[in-house]
Amino acid sequence: MNAFPWLSAIVFTPWIGALILALLPKLSPAASRGLALLFSFSTLAFGLLAASGFNASQAGYQLVEQHRWISSLNVDYHLGLDGMSLLLVLLTGIVSPAGLLASWRDERDTRLFGLFFLLLQGAALGVFLALDFFPWFLFWELSLVPAFFLIKLWGGPGATRAAYQFVVYTIGGSAFMLMGFAAIYAATGTLSFVQLGQLAAQGQLVAKLSSLSGFWPTAVFLGVFLGLAVKVPLFPFHSWLPPAYAEAPTGGSMFLTGVMSKMGVYGFLRILWPLFPTQLHAAAQPLLWLALGGVVFGAFAAMRQTDLKRMVAYSSINHLSYCLLALFAVAAAGTTNTAATSSALSGALLQMFNHGLSASALFFCVGALEARSGGLRGLNDFGGARTAAPVFAGLCGFAMFSSLGLPGLNGFIGEFLIFRGVWGLTPWAAAVGCLGLFATALFLLTFWQRVFHGPRKGAVAGEFADASKLELTVLVPLAALMLLFGLLPQLLVGLFNPLVATWASHLLP
Amino acid sequence: MNLDYAGLFRALAPETAIVVGALAVLGVDLTLLRGRSLATRMNVAALISALSVLVAFMLNGTCPCGRCWVGASGPVFGGALMFDSLANATRGGILGLVLLTIGVSTGARINRNPAEYLSILLFATVGFLLMAAAQQLLVAFLSLELASLSLYILAGFDKTRPDSAEAGLKYFLFGGMSAAFLLFGFSLLYGLTGSIELNHVADGLRHQGISPLLIVALVMVIVAFGFKAAAAPFHLWAPDAYQGAPTPSAALIASASKLAGIVFFARLLWSGLGFSAGNVSYAFTSVGWLPIVAVLSGVSMFVGNLAALAQTNVRRLLAYSAISHAGILLLGLIAVSRNGTSPIFYYATTYGIATAGAFGVIGVLERQGGCDSISDLAGLYRRSPLLAGCLMVFILSLAGVPPLAGFFGKFYVFAATLKLAGLAGVAGWLTILAILFSAVALYYYMVVLKQALVVAPAKDATPVRVPIAAAVTLVLAAIAIVAFGIWPSVLLGAV
Amino acid sequence: MSLLPWTIYLSFAGAALALTAGTRSAAAARWTALTAAVASWVVALLAAKSFVPSNAAQTLVDVAWIPQVGARYHLTADGISLTLVVLTGLAATAGILFSWNINERVGEFFAFYLTLIGGVYGVFLSADAFLFFVYYEIAIVPKYFLIANWGSTNRQYGAMKLVLYSFAGSALVLAGLIWAYAISGGNSFALGDLAAAATTFTHAQQVGMFFLVFFGFAVLAGLFPFHTWAPTGHVAAPTGASMLLAGVVMKLGAYGCLRVALPLFPVGFEFWQPVIATLAIIGIIYAGFVALVQDDFKFVIGYSSVSHMGFVLLGLAAATPRAVAGSVLQMFSHGVIAGLLFAVVGRMVYERTHTRQLGDLRAMPLHKLMPFAATVFVIAGLASMGMPGFSGFPAELSILIGTWTTSPLWTAFAAFGVLVAAAFTLRVMQVAFFGKTDAGGAAHHDAEHHAFAPITLAEKSGAVLLLGATILIGLKPDILLDWIVPALQSPLMQTVLKGGVQ
Repeated sequence: MNAFPWLSAIVFTPWIGALILALLPKLSPAASRGLALLFSFSTLAFGLLAASGFNASQAGYQLVEQHRWISSLNVDYHLGLDGMSLLLVLLTGIVSPAGLLASWRDERDTRLFGLFFLLLQGAALGVFLALDFFPWFLFWELSLVPAFFLIKLWGGPGATRAAYQFVVYTIGGSAFMLMGFAAIYAATGTLSFVQLGQLAAQGQLVAKLSSLSGFWPTAVFLGVFLGLAVKVPLFPFHSWLPPAYAEAPTGGSMFLTGVMSKMGVYGFLRILWPLFPTQLHAAAQPLLWLALGGVVFGAFAAMRQTDLKRMVAYSSINHLSYCLLALFAVAAAGTTNTAATSSALSGALLQMFNHGLSASALFFCVGALEARSGGLRGLNDFGGARTAAPVFAGLCGFAMFSSLGLPGLNGFIGEFLIFRGVWGLTPWAAAVGCLGLFATALFLLTFWQRVFHGPRKGAVAGEFADASKLELTVLVPLAALMLLFGLLPQLLVGLFNPLVATWASHLLP
Repeated sequence: MNLDYAGLFRALAPETAIVVGALAVLGVDLTLLRGRSLATRMNVAALISALSVLVAFMLNGTCPCGRCWVGASGPVFGGALMFDSLANATRGGILGLVLLTIGVSTGARINRNPAEYLSILLFATVGFLLMAAAQQLLVAFLSLELASLSLYILAGFDKTRPDSAEAGLKYFLFGGMSAAFLLFGFSLLYGLTGSIELNHVADGLRHQGISPLLIVALVMVIVAFGFKAAAAPFHLWAPDAYQGAPTPSAALIASASKLAGIVFFARLLWSGLGFSAGNVSYAFTSVGWLPIVAVLSGVSMFVGNLAALAQTNVRRLLAYSAISHAGILLLGLIAVSRNGTSPIFYYATTYGIATAGAFGVIGVLERQGGCDSISDLAGLYRRSPLLAGCLMVFILSLAGVPPLAGFFGKFYVFAATLKLAGLAGVAGWLTILAILFSAVALYYYMVVLKQALVVAPAKDATPVRVPIAAAVTLVLAAIAIVAFGIWPSVLLGAV
Repeated sequence: MSLLPWTIYLSFAGAALALTAGTRSAAAARWTALTAAVASWVVALLAAKSFVPSNAAQTLVDVAWIPQVGARYHLTADGISLTLVVLTGLAATAGILFSWNINERVGEFFAFYLTLIGGVYGVFLSADAFLFFVYYEIAIVPKYFLIANWGSTNRQYGAMKLVLYSFAGSALVLAGLIWAYAISGGNSFALGDLAAAATTFTHAQQVGMFFLVFFGFAVLAGLFPFHTWAPTGHVAAPTGASMLLAGVVMKLGAYGCLRVALPLFPVGFEFWQPVIATLAIIGIIYAGFVALVQDDFKFVIGYSSVSHMGFVLLGLAAATPRAVAGSVLQMFSHGVIAGLLFAVVGRMVYERTHTRQLGDLRAMPLHKLMPFAATVFVIAGLASMGMPGFSGFPAELSILIGTWTTSPLWTAFAAFGVLVAAAFTLRVMQVAFFGKTDAGGAAHHDAEHHAFAPITLAEKSGAVLLLGATILIGLKPDILLDWIVPALQSPLMQTVLKGGVQ
């Protein structure tokens, strides 16, 4: 199996699809859609194939591909798969086709939409698989371009500004990260995450960086941190997110929240933590506060929204902050409590996956509501949708309760593990974080109640169709997965258990 | 004193040829060409003049075979004339420039008496040729006066135009004044040293310190030189003379006359008065004529370049450009002690070609509708691509743009002055000033080229018909500018 | 390799032929020019193919030229020259393709154009300071005529400003070079000899000479605050000339700094290093901010050129092999990308819409009306932002890395510059090309009324050439770095560059 470059296939198949779409300008909208969907599904197929060959008991990278790329910069084309990558590849494989299907009815420039979508998908996959900063950063930055155009060209009335803000914020972060890696390369002569991780483990990275002045390791850490924090986003770097998510077309929002927001968290786990364990440890207390800020602020801000899309967007901030909360709690605490550490980290990884499923499903639901109401998506524009469209309401409910963390659905287990871990490490943080849980419950239930219950009013008052076949095609599998992973979380946990064990034993100062 | 008349005759064969040519021009015009058209008379006269100049060119210098009876080397006629390589090269250069002027004359507006015009031009040439070799104060003065008197006539030749008369008169008055200064200076030198031979003057001065009388003599000589070279602040005649004189006259004043003058004064100052030169290589100058030359040089560059910026008349612009170029020539004069005369020879020659060529273009235009203000050049690229191309070469060479000859000239002079002592002294600073001014100068040269090559022609503009002789001359001159620029060794090898 | 000097001669010959051909027909002049440019480029590529990287410059021609001053006609090539020669060929060819629509005085246009190109080739191959300077100046004057004759907005002003700045800069260079030459005894202009002699100069002399030569060259490289010629000149110039100006002429200045100023006067360099870096950083950021608020599309690109050249100069100021290698790579990259941007703005958009005001362009959904132009601009814009996968990224990364060892603070500022570059590029991209998307129906309505001439084959081929180059080098920067890095290990360069390539 190693002979075949599975990982390259995963990354580049969507891009090949994009290329085909680019080269066939006369393709009919229907054919474009079909082609895009086909190539989009390749990720899931290849991901499952890779998963079937994946040795889950091993913590290291598998299916590694490494070729010399730029010898004068000591850069390798280096891809590798571990549990975390696999998890995210699978997530991408699920969310991407769903996103494409969500925008199935959009008639504007179907071919171009598919093209950008596939580009985005490939770039995101590259980020999850690259093990050298150069290719990683290539995918990281390139993902912005299609995202920018997806928001700008297919987005809502404020899309231009939102897209611009989104890209400039992210590139701003990236610029500092780039500076950080320039410094790292200047000090060490390598950009390979693996080698840098080893150097960091031996304490040499910091030693080399501080050869000029003791201030610089911290500065470099901050640079890299900034790049990732903007992407996640960590409170208070989040202000680009609500407009971007709200203005993006439904498919775009789904991908943004389902996959792209994971890129930042992934970067924290893959890059920042292994490379700068001591700095992260030192900075963990204030960061913990920021993560808590995200948890609480995101939830309360969501509560105050009347625009459903913005509400879901803020809930994303809240949910992703849980992941960071876990990480920072672990980093802050050190090795005091191995069980709690493993629990928190497993929770963070699970939360990434689960949030991907539930948040994209939520965006899909909002998009479906919007399609019915002719563009309206205010909290008060609906009412009694459950009676008008019971199946649809049921499926939306699935997504909402998953997001809310109802036991038995997938969202619960991730949050539970996080809180268990954080409680064991820094109880006060867990206590404050609970505020966020309550607020989340509050606004999701408000959503649920206002839109689906009560008398039919607003957009629901007239004709209000139940779930179409298209919607069922998307929502039913998603709901099934939510249920499946809610009941059998070990399916996922098993993928990254050894990885988490290694982290817990190696990465703590 | 060894008065070898045969040797003198051999040495002066070129002068003889030219005098014969001048007489032939007059004779033919008076006898054979009576009643012919102006153009015919002009062309025949030009042909004869050109032939005599060519003959003179061939008779100039020493034939490498050594058996010919013409040519001379070393001192001649008891040291009154000096035929060293500089003299021979300069004479060659003068003849070349005169040839260019003659060619240009065929295209210019000479409304009457072309034969007289060209014969006077040839007489002036004789004066230049003698200046280049003069080694004795008296011969020097006489040759200078021969040249100058001819030039006064040439400047005022176009009697019908008040401008021309004004130019002639002004040039005459200033020139006469400068001659008086020069003669006074010479007489003081004679009084101080008891000789009019330059090497005896030098010997005499070697044993004297700087006396007040010597300083007066030096100042007199330099002032005269300043007038001759149109160096500021003695330049006031130049703009009017350049503007009013017939174009070939202006071309001659700016080219051959300048080359002869600078070589004449280089010889006078360095081989005659070299011991009282003083020093300007370092920050603290010592007394002598060099500091005066340095001041003239700096002032000329200032005045020439800055005043040129404000000109709207092409010829006045060229006049002020001539003043600024005089400043650089004076800079080259300062460096003769270290680097020899080849920089100034090269500079003066190539400058002469370029400026005479530019005047030639203006002359052709003037005959066909006038060319006073710079804007009269507008659309030249369409009216006559040939003239536009040639003008571009000449002007860019004046601006000092490689690979044209003007660039190497400037470069060579600057390198020579900097070799004196780098930036340690006045000479070095002047060099930097000169280099910076060359960027300023580019502006006014580009203004000219902008009209010629960019601005669209006026609505009533007609194509320019260029007489074939003038066309050939201008093209050859342009080729010479390019060739000397790319292979400066060709000219440098002559010195 | 020995064929390389023919790049120069072919260009000059092409200039003469184009001039002659232009008197017969415009098409003849165009094809002549294109043939000459392609021929030179092919020569350059053939040379590149047989090029064996080494730290010694390979002599191509070396004959006595002006024995009286010790100047030699000495052409050499090393990896740096070769990189830039290949760039010149590429930019020249593309520039001619984008000048295909020149209709007036076509022969003259291409004559000036190819003269400029010939001079540029000459500069990149010269190993003798005198020869270097001669070619350098040959490349200056044609710019004036190209802009003043065939340019647009304020063309005579822009042309004059540009040429005077260039000439003033070269006057400084000349002063510095003659000074060094005179003090060294005045026997040789070979860069090696001058460098050897310069070791005996006093500190003050080195400082002074470096100042003259470096800042003289830096004027042409667009160093703040001597950059003001660049935006006005670029805006005024016809498209082909803008492409050349930004693409190769600004590189002449940077190349002069690298090839002449640095190795000759290392002591002087040490003195001026912080000043240069500071000015370069100010240039990067200041020009970026100015670009952010421009209303004229072409001014944005003009200022972006200044900003990007700031990276080149910063890399030179850092003077580590990595940074300088990055600088050279950035020269190539910016040459290609700026050419592309100017081609889109000046040729594809302006020639069709007859406006460059962003306010006017905003009203046209250009991505619908000319999708090809929009696509090219988006890709070029991304490349210009330093997006990975395009040539700008490895260049900027190398510069950032190399600068770090000299001063981390510079790296931090430069990183901020990357951000500003992204901001203004995105802004102009969306305003100019994706203006009226929000208006939906109205945009479609407009689209029917605006019938722009289709993008011609010449434009397409030019764009594809340049796009291909930036992507190729972006994905495989080794192609050029393998040439450049050994060249930086030459003894001359080692006197000024600190540390080895890691």
